Amino acid sequence: MSTIFQARKERVLRYKQPVEPEKIEVPDDLYKQCPSCDKVLHVEEVKINQVVCPNCGYHFRIRAIDRIQYLFDADSFQEFHKMILSKNPLDFPGYEEKIKAIKKNTNLNEAVLTGYARIRGEKIVIAVMDSQFLMGSMGSAVGEKITRAIERATHEKLSLLIFSASGGARMQEGLYSLMQMAKTAAALARHSKAGQFYISILTDPTTGGVSASFAMLGDIIIAEPGALICFAGPRVIEQTINQKLPEGFQTAEFLLEKGFIDIVVSRNKLRTTLAKLVALHSKGGD
Amino acid sequence: MQSNDNGFNVTKSSVKTSVTRKDKDSLTEWERVQLARLAGRPTSLEYIKLLFNDFIELHGDRYYGDDHAIVGGIAMLSDLPVTVIAQQKGLSTEDNIYRNFGMPHPEGYRKSLRLMKQAEKFGRPVICFVDTQGAFPGIGAEERGQAEAIAQNLMHMSQLKVPIITVIIGEGGSGGALALAVADKVYMLENAIYSILSPEGFATILWKDASRAPEAAEKMRLTARKLREEYLIDRVIPEPPGGAQNNVDFVATKLRRAIIQDLKILMSKKTVNLVKDRYDRFRVIGVFSHSKSDFDQFESSAQAEETKE
Repeated sequence: MSTIFQARKERVLRYKQPVEPEKIEVPDDLYKQCPSCDKVLHVEEVKINQVVCPNCGYHFRIRAIDRIQYLFDADSFQEFHKMILSKNPLDFPGYEEKIKAIKKNTNLNEAVLTGYARIRGEKIVIAVMDSQFLMGSMGSAVGEKITRAIERATHEKLSLLIFSASGGARMQEGLYSLMQMAKTAAALARHSKAGQFYISILTDPTTGGVSASFAMLGDIIIAEPGALICFAGPRVIEQTINQKLPEGFQTAEFLLEKGFIDIVVSRNKLRTTLAKLVALHSKGGD
Repeated sequence: MQSNDNGFNVTKSSVKTSVTRKDKDSLTEWERVQLARLAGRPTSLEYIKLLFNDFIELHGDRYYGDDHAIVGGIAMLSDLPVTVIAQQKGLSTEDNIYRNFGMPHPEGYRKSLRLMKQAEKFGRPVICFVDTQGAFPGIGAEERGQAEAIAQNLMHMSQLKVPIITVIIGEGGSGGALALAVADKVYMLENAIYSILSPEGFATILWKDASRAPEAAEKMRLTARKLREEYLIDRVIPEPPGGAQNNVDFVATKLRRAIIQDLKILMSKKTVNLVKDRYDRFRVIGVFSHSKSDFDQFESSAQAEETKE
């Protein structure tokens, strides 16, 4: 009965909507379009290629849990502090509900997973951020989990790998989020002073308070191709200086050229590179 | 009508009258934000002049240039030599352009770090003054590694072997402020603000509406008293009614007394304890929930304390 009206309404709505010719409608559970080469790709073929476009090599953002599976020895990941959860220090309206919804959608408890892992047998401590969780923003829980992971690596004399994927500090927790920058950087200072090895891997995006703390403090800093890495985001800069930014500004390749990272490594070579670097710094034992 | 660096307008007199009309304890958060940004508010150089003798300014980061948004040097605090590092806003439009509105570039942070290392070498305490909207978001700043410069400051300040006291005198904006605030003691002037982002930016990001900045200011807990309640800062330095500009000597006297009192305690500490206490000061900050087993796990890793030193 109402279907006729419904259909008519839909037709009108469709008519009213602006048409974007380039964008091909694809069911996003089966196919996705590569934002770089526009090719329509089967989700499975992207997945088996470590979430990299098989056509042009574009690095899609990858879930933390998938990254761990691709990079480290099978079943070697032992998670720490799964139950460190965000609270709402500012009583910011809607924050708790938002976290709840994201938890449900992403199956994550927070924007970072930390734990032990092994790479070619070598035991290490890892922290892997996930940009699906509130843009990987760092609040108290993320800062605490990362700090504890660093402290554990210091205590147990293990190498440390942190994969950053974050829009920066978490606004909803105010100054508490800012203080996590100091906390993580201080923990890294101890790790470094104890002579331990830290590789920071910057992935898309690594910005704001995360890039201005632990992400830029690696003994070796690696970035994934094309990743956005910056302190101030491109939009903020454009608004401040009132001009368009040059193509490729603030990408991994740009930072390599400016001398702020050691290597750009594509995802399918990352395991080999990391394993070699860890082995080079291993002091034997275990 | 004077326009400050945010392009938003405050009349000096309108703020003043609104302040004198009310008891100064009942200012709204937004009124304090405006006071913190007031064009006539005393800047770092004024406090340096009032607090110290024989200030000698030292320039440059030894890599790239000299950042005028950060002033650094050596001075005497009564009979004690100290290193002073301060973010400096301009006093006029022209001066503000020279000072880049108090928004530092990476070379400013690298200069700070160089002077802190120098202070460490000669056993001088470091006194920092924070007054910035944030680190400058620009092409040159990004090219020269703003993020890296700030990160290095955070890391090295956490291990510095001499006492550090930081005073937030006006605006303490984001990582650009924190890069001078990993200190043993952090003070705020009564009408200063310290936040993760400006209220305008906060409102834009979370509500997509910059005009809701006053509401954001209420929510953010960015004023001295609120932050003291949360133990995020160590002292609130009182200001006269209407703000520091009405009696800067009063503020300077209170500030001087607080610094001398705290330095006495900090300087009597063993270096190991000084550095450890600074670590712990930041280590405990965070509001989160955790399960019992998580806590036990932490206890064991917390023994990672540096006992070797």
